[in-house]
Amino acid sequence: MDIDLILRVYPYFLEAAVVTIELSVLTILLGLICGALGAAARLSRFKTLRFLGAAYVSLFRGTPALIQIFLLYFGGPQIGIQLDAFEAGVIALGVNIGAYMTETMRGAIIAIDHGQTEAARTLGLSRAQAFRKVVLPQALRLMIRPLGVNINAQIKGTALVAAISVVELTYTAQRYIGSTYKPFEMFLLAGVLYLIIITVTGKVISFLDRRVRLP
Amino acid sequence: MGLDFSVVPSYADALLLGVLWTVAITVTSAILSFFGGILFAVIALYGPWLIRLPFRFFAWLFMGTPLLLQLFLIYFGLVELGIDLPAFVAGVIGLGLHFAVYNSELIQTAILAVDKGQMEAARTLGLSRTQALMRVVIPQAVRDVIPPIGNNMIALLKDSALVSVIGVSELTLSAQLAIGRTYRPFEFYAAAAVLYYIINLGMEAVLRRIERRTQLSR
Repeated sequence: MDIDLILRVYPYFLEAAVVTIELSVLTILLGLICGALGAAARLSRFKTLRFLGAAYVSLFRGTPALIQIFLLYFGGPQIGIQLDAFEAGVIALGVNIGAYMTETMRGAIIAIDHGQTEAARTLGLSRAQAFRKVVLPQALRLMIRPLGVNINAQIKGTALVAAISVVELTYTAQRYIGSTYKPFEMFLLAGVLYLIIITVTGKVISFLDRRVRLP
Repeated sequence: MGLDFSVVPSYADALLLGVLWTVAITVTSAILSFFGGILFAVIALYGPWLIRLPFRFFAWLFMGTPLLLQLFLIYFGLVELGIDLPAFVAGVIGLGLHFAVYNSELIQTAILAVDKGQMEAARTLGLSRTQALMRVVIPQAVRDVIPPIGNNMIALLKDSALVSVIGVSELTLSAQLAIGRTYRPFEFYAAAAVLYYIINLGMEAVLRRIERRTQLSR
C-alpha cells in the first residue's frame, strides 16, 4: 500500500467525486421526470400513450446503457444533435434510469387498492381529484424505498460516462491506474468515495421513508 | 452527414461474431455468478468469523462501487500481480464476481427463510449438517429466488457491454471496430442496440422456461 501516493493524488479524486455527485443529481432528477411521464403514459386512458410508455420502457431497459450513451454522443451529430460528453452522459443516463423509474412508480400506483378510488369517487371527487388527493399521496409513500434502489444503481451507473472521457471518479481512477501502475490503491481511493456517496444517500432515503411511513 | 444503413450488412459477419461472444461471455459469467452466489451465501452465513467478516466487507465494497471500476481493478490488478489473463477471462471473472455478490444477497435471505423444520427433519433422518444444507435447505432456497436471479442475469447481459473497455471483442467492440473503418457511429450503435434487444428477448424466453420448470416441481 503506497500511502504517499494516495496522499498525493487524493485531491484530484475529491474533485472527480464532485463531478460524480453532479452527474448523479442531474441524472436522477431527469430520471424522476421521465419516470413520472412514463408512468402517466403507461396508466393513461389512451391506447397510443400506453403503447408509447410501454415502448419507452422496453427499448431502454432492453439495451445496454453504454450503447445508449454511445449512440447519443457519437451518433448524435449525424442527426443534428451536438452535445458535449457531460451533456450527452446526463441525458442518456437520465432517460435510461427513467425507464426503470417508470416501472417503479407505476408499480406503486397500481398497488393502491382500487376501492380507494371508488370510495373517493362516491364521495363526489372527480377522477383527477381522486388520483391527486387520495391515490397519489399513498403511492408516493410506497415509492420511496424502491426508488432508492434505482437511485443507488444510478450513482454507480454514472461510472459509464468514463467511456466517453467525462472526468468523474472512475475515469480519474482509470487514468491514475494507467500512469502509476497502482490499481489497488486507486481502486480503494475511488471505492471509498463511491461508498461515502452511496451510504449518505441511502441514509437520506431511509430517513425520508421513515418520516412518511404510516404506523 | 445523413444516415446510411446500407453500410451495415457488409459488416454482418463481424457483428454476428460479436453477438456470439456476447452470448458466450454472458452465459459463462451467469453460470459463475450462480454457483459463486451459492458459495458466497454459505460463506457469509456459516463460515468461521475469520473468513466471514472480511468476506462481508468485500461484498459491501463490491455492492457499493461501479462494475466498470471493478473491471479496471481486476484487469490491471492481475497484470500488476504478474498474472496475464486473456481479456475474455478477466471479463468473465469481473462480471461473474460482481453478480455473484448480488446473487449471494438474494440466496442468503432465501436460506434464512427456509423453514427450520426442514433442517431438523433432515438431521433427524441422519444427514450431517453439511449434507442437510447441501441437499435439503439450499435447493429449496435457490428455487425460491430463481425469478430475481433471472432479473440479475438480464442485467448481466446488458452490463456485458462494459467489458468492451478492457478489450473483449464482443458486440459493442465489434460495432466500434466497424465504426473505426466506416465513420458511421449512429448506424452501427443502432444495429448493436437492435441485436442486444433481440438477445434480451431470447434470454427472457429462456428464463421464463426455467422459472416454469422450477415452479412445477413444487
